[in-house]
Amino acid sequence: MYRYDEIDQAVVDQRVAQFRDQVSRRLSGELSEDEFKPLRLMNGLYLQLHAYMLRVAIPYGTLSAVQMRKLADIARRYDKGYAHFTTRQNLQYNWPKLEDTPDLLAELASVEMHAIQTSGNCIRNVTTDQFAGVAADEIDDPRVYAEVIRQWSTFHPEFSFLPRKFKIALTGAPHDRAAIKVHDIGLIVRRDDAGNLGFEVVVGGGQGRTPMIGKTIREFLPKAYLLSYLEAIMRVYNQYGRRDNMYKARIKILVHEIGAEKFAQEVEAEWEQIRHTATDIPPEEEARVRSFFSAPAYRRFDGTDAGFAAKKLEDRAFALWVRTNVVAHKQPGYAIANISLKPVGKPPGDATADQMDAVADLAEQFSFSEIRVTHEQNLVLPDVAEADLYALWQRLRDHGLATPNIGLISDIIACPGLDYCALANARSIPIAQQLSERFSDLDRQHDLGELRLKISGCINACGHHHVGHIGILGVDRKGEEYYQITLGGAADEDAAVGEIVGPAVASDELTDAIENIITTYVGLRQNGERFIDTYRRVGRAPFKERLYDAG
Amino acid sequence: MDQIFTANRLTDGLVVYLTEAGDWSEDVNQSFVCANEDDLASYEKRAVEAAVARRIVEPYAIDVQRTAEGVRPVRYREVIRAFGPSIDYAPGAA
Ligand code: SF4
Repeated sequence: MYRYDEIDQAVVDQRVAQFRDQVSRRLSGELSEDEFKPLRLMNGLYLQLHAYMLRVAIPYGTLSAVQMRKLADIARRYDKGYAHFTTRQNLQYNWPKLEDTPDLLAELASVEMHAIQTSGNCIRNVTTDQFAGVAADEIDDPRVYAEVIRQWSTFHPEFSFLPRKFKIALTGAPHDRAAIKVHDIGLIVRRDDAGNLGFEVVVGGGQGRTPMIGKTIREFLPKAYLLSYLEAIMRVYNQYGRRDNMYKARIKILVHEIGAEKFAQEVEAEWEQIRHTATDIPPEEEARVRSFFSAPAYRRFDGTDAGFAAKKLEDRAFALWVRTNVVAHKQPGYAIANISLKPVGKPPGDATADQMDAVADLAEQFSFSEIRVTHEQNLVLPDVAEADLYALWQRLRDHGLATPNIGLISDIIACPGLDYCALANARSIPIAQQLSERFSDLDRQHDLGELRLKISGCINACGHHHVGHIGILGVDRKGEEYYQITLGGAADEDAAVGEIVGPAVASDELTDAIENIITTYVGLRQNGERFIDTYRRVGRAPFKERLYDAG
Repeated sequence: MDQIFTANRLTDGLVVYLTEAGDWSEDVNQSFVCANEDDLASYEKRAVEAAVARRIVEPYAIDVQRTAEGVRPVRYREVIRAFGPSIDYAPGAA
């Protein structure tokens, strides 16, 4: 894992001291709310429906056991004993007191953490594949570049006051687990014909009010030029991006309006100007950063562990968990273990302080003290020996963390919605709870196979509903909670924006409506098709007919 | 329509309501219900003063109904603010 150097630590410590001063000036009345609000937002502190909310950055979703334990400790001492993992691989506390936040941030700083770049019109916390560095299908470790981008973008004076917030995501594997095509910039690690490493550069994706899939503006950028090329993109955006209208200020609108080709030309022209003078990553620096992500001291195994194979035969519940929650690792004898934060009937992405402590303990015992957070609001132990999987699974079960549903219909992404969020139109969490209860039967879930169900409480789309195989969006109909259903979205390398299936449905009809859609799928699917495959083959019509004719 | 004033308390952000005496209470039933323009104007003035005095942030008026159970906000958003998340959230709350 990356460790802070003195500069990183000094920057974060200074930030805490500065915010402590700002909070005390606010409490003493020197600062009005209007003056204070932008300052607190720069430190990730929002005011939500019931209380303040603090969003803590988890850079590219990587946490140590020590950090996780600190997050649990904070949840106990400064919150109500739980926290929420978000679709930005971050963590939110729902009940911190303003007067406590300087101490809370100091606690975070003591474990090399902070709440910077989690709000405001800056380059936000960079996100990546939760299996970075361990995935069997990976070309190169994206954390190296994510860390370089983090260092480059933090407090970059030119990019601290952008037209709007700006999100960068990258993947080191061809299978995109980081939804890079719905980010302002998405980067895919590629090799050219000569075997050199570089990136495919995708620009102008996004969700929210105007969802768009990003466009490739460069098939291959040699990796040495990553920063100067990003800088060229940012400059073109800074120059042409609309500051007059908040809804048109994202880069996706610019790319859409002038076209990807023209945008690419502008970037290339800008890059030509700056590429010889701009800061890029010197090879020594890349090597230094890379050294933080070197592989842990894996044990040597030959072939698959016999005990592991036997346990799968003996214990059906374990086998089911392995089937959905365990993923191939690049190292022989090792596996990636996903921890579902989606038990039936619970708020997606929430974890109690006790569960967080348990995950920290298990990471120490079984996974070289490392934990990942996924944009699907789950956790990952990236480096578990196959021989240890059974013991790990038993311990996870003791803490309610062994739900075998990764990628299935009950592995629902849901934003906080109207239960917490000041911008919401409708609730998300109770909808997720009802749906996970309706589809709780595991055999049925496994039979339905991969199904990405995503719920947002408003058009800001924090719950990624546009890119759900089934997406649900909360809308306000004269004070009543209604839900608009979209079908056919996808967030991976075949990214697509879902299509609205028809008029929004009332909250008490929604679960039946989803059941109806599932029944249509089951009736239409052909040999082994996933929901999304069937949808792509048959289109919206049969789903629409069945849903609205029946009602 | 009957209205009350609500805000979030500065120090901890919790939802509070303006009482008849001009205090801020976490209990919606302690709120003073303004039934006419004069009450609205005078309590709005108190709410703004409290914001200036740093007791609360962003005060605003909401529509309510007086029911047998007490004062009930009309909009669902305000019901959630008054009574907390509609779900079991914190451990032990379940
Ligand atoms: S999608 Fe809307 S309701 Fe949900 S968290 Fe984002 S802003 Fe809030």
